[in-house]
Amino acid sequence: MEKYAVYVPRLVNKRENFVPGHRACIGCGEALAVRLACKSLGENVIIVNATGCMEIVASQIPYTSWRVPWIHTIFENTAAVASGVEAGLKILSSKGKTTSKNVKIAAIAGDGATSDIGLQALSGALERRHNLLYLCFDNEAYMNTGIQRSSSTPFGASTTTSPAGKKSIGQVSWKKNMPAIAAAHNIPYVATACPSYPFDLMAKVAKGLNAEGPAYIHILSICPTGWRTAPDLTIKIGRLAVETGIFPLYEIENGEYKLSVKIPELRPVTDYMNLQGRFRHLSDATIEEIQQRVNEEYAKLMEKIV
Amino acid sequence: MAKRVGTEVSLAVADTVKLVNADVISAYPITPQTHIVEHLAELVANGELDANFIPVESEHSAMSACLGSSAVGARTFTATAGQGLELMHEVLYVASSMRLPIIMTVANRALSAPLSVWGDHSDVMAVRDTGWIQIFVENGQEAVDNLLCAFRIGEDPRVLLPVMVHLDGFYLTHVIEPIFMPEQSEVENFVPPNQYPLPLDPNNPVSMGCFAPPVIYAETKWAQEVNLRASKDVILECWNEFGDQFQRHYSPVESYHSEDARVLLLTMGSFSETASLAIDNMRNAGKNVGLLKLRLWRPFPFDEIRQAARNADVLIVLDRAMSPGGPGGPVCSEIKAALYQEEKRPKVVSFIGGLGGRDITIEGFEEIINKGIEISEKGSNQEYEIFGVRE
Repeated sequence: MEKYAVYVPRLVNKRENFVPGHRACIGCGEALAVRLACKSLGENVIIVNATGCMEIVASQIPYTSWRVPWIHTIFENTAAVASGVEAGLKILSSKGKTTSKNVKIAAIAGDGATSDIGLQALSGALERRHNLLYLCFDNEAYMNTGIQRSSSTPFGASTTTSPAGKKSIGQVSWKKNMPAIAAAHNIPYVATACPSYPFDLMAKVAKGLNAEGPAYIHILSICPTGWRTAPDLTIKIGRLAVETGIFPLYEIENGEYKLSVKIPELRPVTDYMNLQGRFRHLSDATIEEIQQRVNEEYAKLMEKIV
Repeated sequence: MAKRVGTEVSLAVADTVKLVNADVISAYPITPQTHIVEHLAELVANGELDANFIPVESEHSAMSACLGSSAVGARTFTATAGQGLELMHEVLYVASSMRLPIIMTVANRALSAPLSVWGDHSDVMAVRDTGWIQIFVENGQEAVDNLLCAFRIGEDPRVLLPVMVHLDGFYLTHVIEPIFMPEQSEVENFVPPNQYPLPLDPNNPVSMGCFAPPVIYAETKWAQEVNLRASKDVILECWNEFGDQFQRHYSPVESYHSEDARVLLLTMGSFSETASLAIDNMRNAGKNVGLLKLRLWRPFPFDEIRQAARNADVLIVLDRAMSPGGPGGPVCSEIKAALYQEEKRPKVVSFIGGLGGRDITIEGFEEIINKGIEISEKGSNQEYEIFGVRE
């Protein structure tokens, strides 16, 4: 890979399909991730978007940032709408009622729309094996409505509905393992990605798009507003999430786990957490508990890696 | 020529979806809608209908998948009932607001609790304001005919709205009736292919479902309202042409011996047939009574209701749904509102009956009419009366 490192960026789709002018916050990791993903999705795609930050920042009537066909309906039904788009196109194509060929379907949603309110619709779509790529842009809380906790919020994070206080450490449950849930549907492709690793992200989107059947990619999307971080640290924090083992990058191809970014020695979780206001209240004991949990989860993952 | 066949109404509904060659059916099973979707699944499985059947995991997803398939320009059908319609609720608004011509048969069913799989109109009334065109049918033939019309009306480029055809659960869905099933060629002649003007298509990218700030929201809703009201002309045109081609005639408010009647009863759906027998009996006994059947529920037929009620002294409205703590049956409330500004208007009496599948017999309808006349003369301290309820 190294010897292509200079050449590879030239292969990236230069066309922007998620164009500037939208209203995302400064340093938004999700907007960056969507922009990168759109480069891989290309032009022969239909995007189905859940209600959330990306819908709100990029589609205020009469403006749009989407240069590919795009549909938003409501919050929890993204995978179901995408199912309908896929089924509709498939039959129109077989009946010769459309001129478009091999159109790909991408569903995009946040962590709330995926791991909470839209989990049923997602499970249904994966189980029915619709040929679609589902991208979860995980910023670890309901950021659009004002930083409320979701089941994807990490343990110990302070949010507006899991606030740290005299009797609370903030979020008291561990982050839901969405990639594992997706993989349990025995779909051909599951991966994790982060815009701090742009080529890895784009390669995975391309892979997921061309999988025979449903594909799921879980993308950690750094949110300076909700995580209480400096907007110029977005890329760094994403890399630290990976280097600490908190958010390892891997693929599950037809059930086979592969590590995408090898970390010879994990950095301490404090390298990641100390940069974020949402963890600022945590005691050393809680941080140690988190470190233990990260070590265990990482070890469990490594056992699965072939 | 159309063949007259003895068939269960649910099967006839499914066969009609086959006749219009629907592209996508997305459905979740719920009593009493099941026979419709089972037969559709069977038609697809046997290769008799070239469609994509999506066996979704809920009604919410059923309607959501319909949004997607309709948005790419596929002819889209679903069916549901009662709780299923309620689970779809928020998605129904999206279908009409985004102008997606999804066609749905609703096998009308009561709402929990207590659980009841039997028919009434609680489900219809709860989705009254979702912006769909809504049509009530009285028997199996009407269910078939109006489903054909629904595809033609909803997909008409002047309309582009979703349409519900309301069919009483069990009373209609599960009965076997002689039904004229039209020929394929007749249907193709009557229902043109779906040509959705701006589908999701990479050759011509559009953004659908953008959000509206306060400065534009009211305008989008008004545009939708203007369109729904204007759809009535297309509905009337469709029914006229249907009548020309198939010799069966439909109108927004249908009447039975109503022209000279001093007392009118208004019903919807399958009760209208039984009620018309009660009218026969009472007219034979020399009573000057008539029947109005409300077929078009949305857009509401204001002019037709005013016209039909103009010469009557008493109008008795039988609702099959409650509006708890409210003014009476939901249909009656709207009829009262429609007549309020009229200089000459009948006294309006509200009855609610047939809840949760409770039958009303011919004698029952006679009793309702007689009681209605009595209330109109003597007055009542109640907003409405539930017919036959045990206290």
